[in-house]
Amino acid sequence: MTLQALARPVPARSWRVVAESYGQELVILGALIVLFVGVGLYNPRFLSSTNLTSVFVGNAFIAIAAIGMSMVIISGNIDVSVGSLIGVLGTIAGTLAVNGYPIIVCWLVPILIGVVINAVVGVLVAYARIPSIVVTLGMLSILKGGLISATGGAWISNLPPEFMLAQFRLFGLPSSIYFMVILTVAAALWMRYSTFGRTIYAIGGNPEAARVTGIRIERSVVAVFAIHGMFAGIAAILFATQLQVIQSTVPPNLELTVITASVVGGVSILGGTGTVIGSTLAAILFAAIGSSLVFLNVSAYWLRAVQGLMILATVLADMARRRRI
Amino acid sequence: MTAALDRVLRHESILGLLLIATLAVLAGQSEAFFTADNLLNQGRLMAEVGLVTLPMTFVIITGGIDLSVGSIFGLCCILLGVFWQKVGMPLPVAMVAAILMGGVAGLGNGIIITRFKVPPLIATLATLALYRGLAEGIAQARSVRGYPDWFFQLGQYDFLGAPTQLWILIALFIAAAFVLGMTTFGRTIYAIGSNEVAARFSGLKVDRAKLVIYGTSGLISGLAAVIFVSRVSTTRSDMGTGLELDVITAVVLGGTSIFGGRGTIIGTGLGLILMQALKNGLALAGVKGDGTIVVIGAVLIAAILIGNLLSRNGDG
Repeated sequence: MTLQALARPVPARSWRVVAESYGQELVILGALIVLFVGVGLYNPRFLSSTNLTSVFVGNAFIAIAAIGMSMVIISGNIDVSVGSLIGVLGTIAGTLAVNGYPIIVCWLVPILIGVVINAVVGVLVAYARIPSIVVTLGMLSILKGGLISATGGAWISNLPPEFMLAQFRLFGLPSSIYFMVILTVAAALWMRYSTFGRTIYAIGGNPEAARVTGIRIERSVVAVFAIHGMFAGIAAILFATQLQVIQSTVPPNLELTVITASVVGGVSILGGTGTVIGSTLAAILFAAIGSSLVFLNVSAYWLRAVQGLMILATVLADMARRRRI
Repeated sequence: MTAALDRVLRHESILGLLLIATLAVLAGQSEAFFTADNLLNQGRLMAEVGLVTLPMTFVIITGGIDLSVGSIFGLCCILLGVFWQKVGMPLPVAMVAAILMGGVAGLGNGIIITRFKVPPLIATLATLALYRGLAEGIAQARSVRGYPDWFFQLGQYDFLGAPTQLWILIALFIAAAFVLGMTTFGRTIYAIGSNEVAARFSGLKVDRAKLVIYGTSGLISGLAAVIFVSRVSTTRSDMGTGLELDVITAVVLGGTSIFGGRGTIIGTGLGLILMQALKNGLALAGVKGDGTIVVIGAVLIAAILIGNLLSRNGDG
């Protein structure tokens, strides 16, 4: 039997099957609904369209970066440098824009650079066999240090209006939301039904078995990192264009927020399982929690502790579920 | 066995030669480098990172990792200030309490790793966020200052002609080298890293050893935090951010295999000094702080890359 036939998903026949294969996604969806209803009852201004729009627009780029991160984690690796990469790529985009390059160049060049940088990371992980945590830890400080020494943290302003991709609107909704939804759905379908998508799961699930089946693991890992670089590039453009200025530093703890979205969304940290729908829902949930703290009069300084607890709880639940199976 | 010993010694002699070469270049570059004042000051600056590298060497030899040390460090800085000023403990009690809380945080890592079988990388990534979050939540962006003068003995003053914290580092360095190299506990650590399943079936108390080393990692991070607060005389919740990078770089540079089973405290010491010399040399050459992070990141990747190439050749 070929790999494609083996890896083809079992069609969902009943609610039970749906509940089993999308358990974590349903939990997150439930948590989102509870949160919106609960906080909305306590403080109705939470549900105002202005607040909801700002929650989505300010965090769509995190969901998009989490798509690539989910792929990396599903393949059994991790990337702690994505926050620095987004900072660097956003700054490159802004610098190109103020120097009068064509808008399409300002958008595409950073994405391309993201692909190249992460392809290098992939090569170091796959061919030089350095654990991804070490490579990306090193990359984090190279990118972060490089960015700050190159720019001194200066703000980039006077950005041309046609560059502001995240501020474009279609049918009254900001473009970030379309990007988030379309990219999530496309990536989810691609991960589930394409050969390469199944390859990612196979590598993360059981690398030895994947190798025996004839999958070229090294090449696939490089590809996964390169694709992750592309999503980071798109996220960087949306991040850089949401405000009138770009602060050319690395957004603090962005990598943790992105990893949290993936892991809380049901991507197993041991590799092999999870979906990008879960990670996008988790990114929205996390943004909503951050916003609701304000409406519940809780100090925003507790946000990171909540984030840490969420990762820990999900990881422990994941381990418990695995042992039961 | 002798082959393995040879390999370890070979790495350390390469490292030693590299260190001598670096020092020679730096001394040639700048008059200011080879002065007693500068060298002792470097000893002061590397004490905090140096302390944390000791338990980290144990952790990495077992095949684990502790990414949360920087966050525990930050949490202990905040707790020291809070225990002293808000809770009203006498300062010596607050110091001990803050260090013990570091130990509790480290034990928390150990319990998640041993009891719930979460991979150390993920467990400590989660607690990295959690402990830093606790530090931020407790601190509410307020800093604590105004420590009494005697407190600065630890971080700013000298003892017998050298910075106080350098003596602490040297004492713990010798203790760590002894425990890892000469005791059954040390052999247990290597056994876990070489083959955990075999170690378990040989009747070694694997979980207990891990609890001890992760707990110690937190405890020492707490100690480093107290020394740091004494050196800079204030507390902020972002202290120790990125500490894990410096610590892991020094340990890995010192020849400890990131896959476990191999490494020595002597190597870690050499790695630490080499890293500090690089930082200092770059600073004297006019490179700003952010530029040196780039070099540390590059050195971390290069060190493992070269190590992998060498060991693959060695294993033939």
